[in-house]
Amino acid sequence: MKHLFSLGVAAMLAAGVPGAAKADTAGDVQQQCGTCHALTHDYATLGIQERAERKAPPLDFAGNKFQRAWLVSWLQNPTRIRPAGVFPPAHVKDGPNGDVVDAASLAEHPAVPAAQADAMADYLMTLKPFDDLIKAETYQPGTIAKSMGKMNFGKFKGCDACHQDAPNSGGVSGPELYTAWIRLQPAFISAYIANPLAWDPHTLMPKGDIKADAVHKLADYLKVIGEKQP
Amino acid sequence: MKKLLLAASVLAVGAVAHAEGDRGAQLYTMYCTQCHGAHGNGKGINAAHMSVQPRDHSDIKEMSARTDDELFKVIQQGGKSVNKSVLMPIWGGNLTDDDIHALVGHLRELCCQKD
Ligand code: HEC
Ligand code: HEC
Ligand code: HEC
Repeated sequence: MKHLFSLGVAAMLAAGVPGAAKADTAGDVQQQCGTCHALTHDYATLGIQERAERKAPPLDFAGNKFQRAWLVSWLQNPTRIRPAGVFPPAHVKDGPNGDVVDAASLAEHPAVPAAQADAMADYLMTLKPFDDLIKAETYQPGTIAKSMGKMNFGKFKGCDACHQDAPNSGGVSGPELYTAWIRLQPAFISAYIANPLAWDPHTLMPKGDIKADAVHKLADYLKVIGEKQP
Repeated sequence: MKKLLLAASVLAVGAVAHAEGDRGAQLYTMYCTQCHGAHGNGKGINAAHMSVQPRDHSDIKEMSARTDDELFKVIQQGGKSVNKSVLMPIWGGNLTDDDIHALVGHLRELCCQKD
């Protein structure tokens, strides 16, 4: 009996461990990341000024946005995604021919050790308040000739005014997009291009009037330029 | 508790009043300077990467040649709606009519202050 009882306790303890680890990770993320990153969607209810004051991109819908594998590796080895930071107007200085990015004002991202990166990625992937937006998405990844895709991204839709589709090619106020396909879920890419305001009412990206199949072609272009070569 | 709430709401009202005062300038900094420049001279951080240059909003001659309605339309419906470049985005989804009126007011300050 005694034996059985202690076995039962041991089993309960063992079963409890993953739950406890998860609770700890939530606390760690809150503590180590929540100082800069939003982990709830409360910002959507505030005035527009909150966008100017953001220290980091919101993570409250991380599970609807990111590729888990990318999260794990980026958290250990973070590199810059937004050439002009999270709020570009705060990182601008005068240059000889107009405004330039004040790179010295951009901080390095804190790195986390492998085991913690894994646990944090697991936790972040549970943050999925926008499953409905993902479910409503009809995008089926396909392919497009690179030259056609580039014309679309540049000349026809003007995305290249704010986004780079290759290192050092394209505007700098938005996140680089030649890495979008490895960072982001395909359905997120498509849904965000179609209506960035549904994700963030204070987004700095304009909501254009692009039809669904044109959006899908743009997403296909990001696939073509961003897919890891086999 | 009631007192605290009252104090908080007075503060909030103050902040809103302040923001309303330079709403046009605030929105211009957030949405427009990336292309049109921190000084409104058309030389934002994206300009060097663009095939059509953003309008210099401090150019008195060009800007005086536009009516308020024309400025409103290009901001709300984008460059394409007035046969200009698609690189001037459509902002009508992100901004309310009031926001756009505030921006037109700010554009008038940028270009024609010197008069
Ligand atoms: C000092 C503020 C700060 C702290 C603390 C911080 N971050 Fe960040 N984080 C940023 C900034 C700024 C960016 C944008 C970097 C870029 O785009 O180049 C960012 C970007 C990210 C991104 C990419 C987001 C996107 O939408 O592209 C992830 C994921 C992320 N951080 C996770 C974390 C995690 C997890 C932690 C806690 C271990 C953390 N961050 C702590 C400031 C911070
Ligand atoms: C006026 C500048 C601007 C234009 C034009 C623009 N974007 Fe964006 N885009 C942004 C900004 C800024 C963000 C990040 C949201 C924020 O910081 O508020 C973004 C985010 C994105 C994202 C999500 C990337 C991420 O890592 O979070 C995708 C995908 C995207 N844009 C695609 C496009 C496409 C495709 C077009 C052309 C139809 C386009 N954008 C046009 C500024 C722009
Ligand atoms: C992605 C870059 C970009 C952003 C962001 C942008 N513009 Fe423009 N804008 C342009 C370009 C390029 C032109 C020139 C179009 C042309 O001459 O064909 C232009 C032209 C204009 C014009 C002149 C139109 C005319 O009649 O000549 C006005 C007014 C204007 N923009 C206002 C704004 C306002 C207000 C904002 C912010 C809400 C804004 N723009 C944001 C790129 C941008």
